[in-house]
Amino acid sequence: MQLQSMYQEIILDHYRHPHHRGLREPFDAQVHHVNPTCGDEVTLRVSLKDAGGEPAVADVSYDALGCSISQASVSVLTDLVIGKPVSEAMEINGAFVDLMHGAGGTAGDAEPDDEVLGDAVVFAGVAKYPARIKCALLGWMAWKDATARAMAELEVEQI
Amino acid sequence: MTSTDLRLDVEAIRADFPALSRQVRGDNRLIYLDSGATSQKPVQVLDAERDYYLKSNAAAHRGTHLLGEESTDAYERARARVAAFIGADPSEIVFTRNATEASNLIAYSISNASIAGGSGGSSPRASTVSPGATALAIGPGDEVLITELEHHANLVPWQQLCQRTGATLRWFGVTQDGRVDLSDIDVLVNERTRLVAVSHQSNVTGAMPPVARIAEAAHAVGALVVVDAAQSVPHHPVDVAQTGADFLYFSAHKMLGPTGVGVLWGRRELLEAMPPFISGGSMIEIVRMEETTFLPPPQRFEAGVPAVAQTVGLAAACDYLDAIGMDRVAEHERMLTQRAIDALTEIPGVRILGPLTTQDRGGAVSFAVDQVHPHDVGQVLDEFGIAVRTGHHCAWPVHRALGVQASTRASLYLYNTPDEVDALADGIRTAQKFFGVI
Repeated sequence: MQLQSMYQEIILDHYRHPHHRGLREPFDAQVHHVNPTCGDEVTLRVSLKDAGGEPAVADVSYDALGCSISQASVSVLTDLVIGKPVSEAMEINGAFVDLMHGAGGTAGDAEPDDEVLGDAVVFAGVAKYPARIKCALLGWMAWKDATARAMAELEVEQI
Repeated sequence: MTSTDLRLDVEAIRADFPALSRQVRGDNRLIYLDSGATSQKPVQVLDAERDYYLKSNAAAHRGTHLLGEESTDAYERARARVAAFIGADPSEIVFTRNATEASNLIAYSISNASIAGGSGGSSPRASTVSPGATALAIGPGDEVLITELEHHANLVPWQQLCQRTGATLRWFGVTQDGRVDLSDIDVLVNERTRLVAVSHQSNVTGAMPPVARIAEAAHAVGALVVVDAAQSVPHHPVDVAQTGADFLYFSAHKMLGPTGVGVLWGRRELLEAMPPFISGGSMIEIVRMEETTFLPPPQRFEAGVPAVAQTVGLAAACDYLDAIGMDRVAEHERMLTQRAIDALTEIPGVRILGPLTTQDRGGAVSFAVDQVHPHDVGQVLDEFGIAVRTGHHCAWPVHRALGVQASTRASLYLYNTPDEVDALADGIRTAQKFFGVI
């Protein structure tokens, strides 16, 4: 059955037991993103910290309503980016977006780089179902948006 | 088959729809339960379109050559055919791009009448607005009344109209079984009400609101009545005169016809009073650099080269459905809907969002599965070749009103079978097992 290729056990685990869930203080930026075709939504907060002179992700907290893919995806994201320098977290984000869009026209067939993506490589199967790619990206787009806003705030403060 | 025998020869019908014999996702035969989004097309419709392109293709209502004449003739015959399908006069049929454009046409025409009627564009020489158009104008103090179960196509245009004109949007709520709640009709329909827009059949709950009763109340206070018939005309016999509507609209692609063409029916005196929505070629009478006068309806509302091939396809769809008989189509769907209601109510953890009887109800069966998101339900069903809609089906407020974020919808049509309904129920149980909720 093809279903297992999409719904890998890791995805189902994150769906049933999401990591870092809930909205927490303090935070530097908060965003609300929706998937207008299905109504799935996520409210996501990013808190940054200084890590040896460069900004790093102190915390990502969220409140989300949605399908297993969107829920698991944001849970995996938090595992991957919390504690990382923002620059590295952005690279992970870019790699995930590439995985979903099948960089090089090989949607779902590209060999994902598990050194960068860690558990997120299990979403490779999702890329084979175009209707679900937006589900997987919902939390990642929200995080990128929130982080960009938090960074912009940081720059303003430094000026 | 006698005239009182309402059974359909479903196998014969299915043979006309090549898509239905496809094997999908492995060796599963396609089970298409998404006709509420768009129907499949029979070869008769495709042949009619192709035949037109092969022989008579030209820009209708232009040119002095033979093909131009044939194209114009095909287009106007399609108009007459569609009119006959809903008991209307051809001069009252406007072809649009789809149902959504039809509701926007009404809303923007009223909006344009409202602007021209005010200080906006009423120069003495302006010939864009007929004297009757000022009667259509709305503004602050006026009310537009809709319902909470509307498709966004019969909701957002009215909300926008109110925002543009300063009128107030009001709405009927919905009952817990997904019908329009008319308990406060005497308050909601009042002397300020100028227009009432209501669905003939909900694309989510399947409920068929008592449009005639609503229309009677609306007309008693002088309000216009707009009926969204996108989900009714494909599935039941509809006679516009009996609906009580002043306007009624639907799409070809949900009734076995092609995409790209919708139908707006309006009472002639209203269409005649209405200013244009989209302007340009084909809809003008005289154009000077300073001003333009417009053709009478329906041409006034059909700017640009029309979608002739699609209207020819729509006419063929009307032929196809009438040859079967809309009463038979309706009875077949009633039988399938009953089966779906019975099968789904038997499954623990499944809640149907809509009436649990087939009384005043069509074949859209939306449901929620406890602890399994609609996307995930749909994904499991797709694995077995079962095509359903997931999400809010362009009707977000009714989902909110019924306490769910989204739903899974099976929508039935003349080519569906009882076995397919049973396969849906089996698929839902499989989804529950897969996600570990049973």
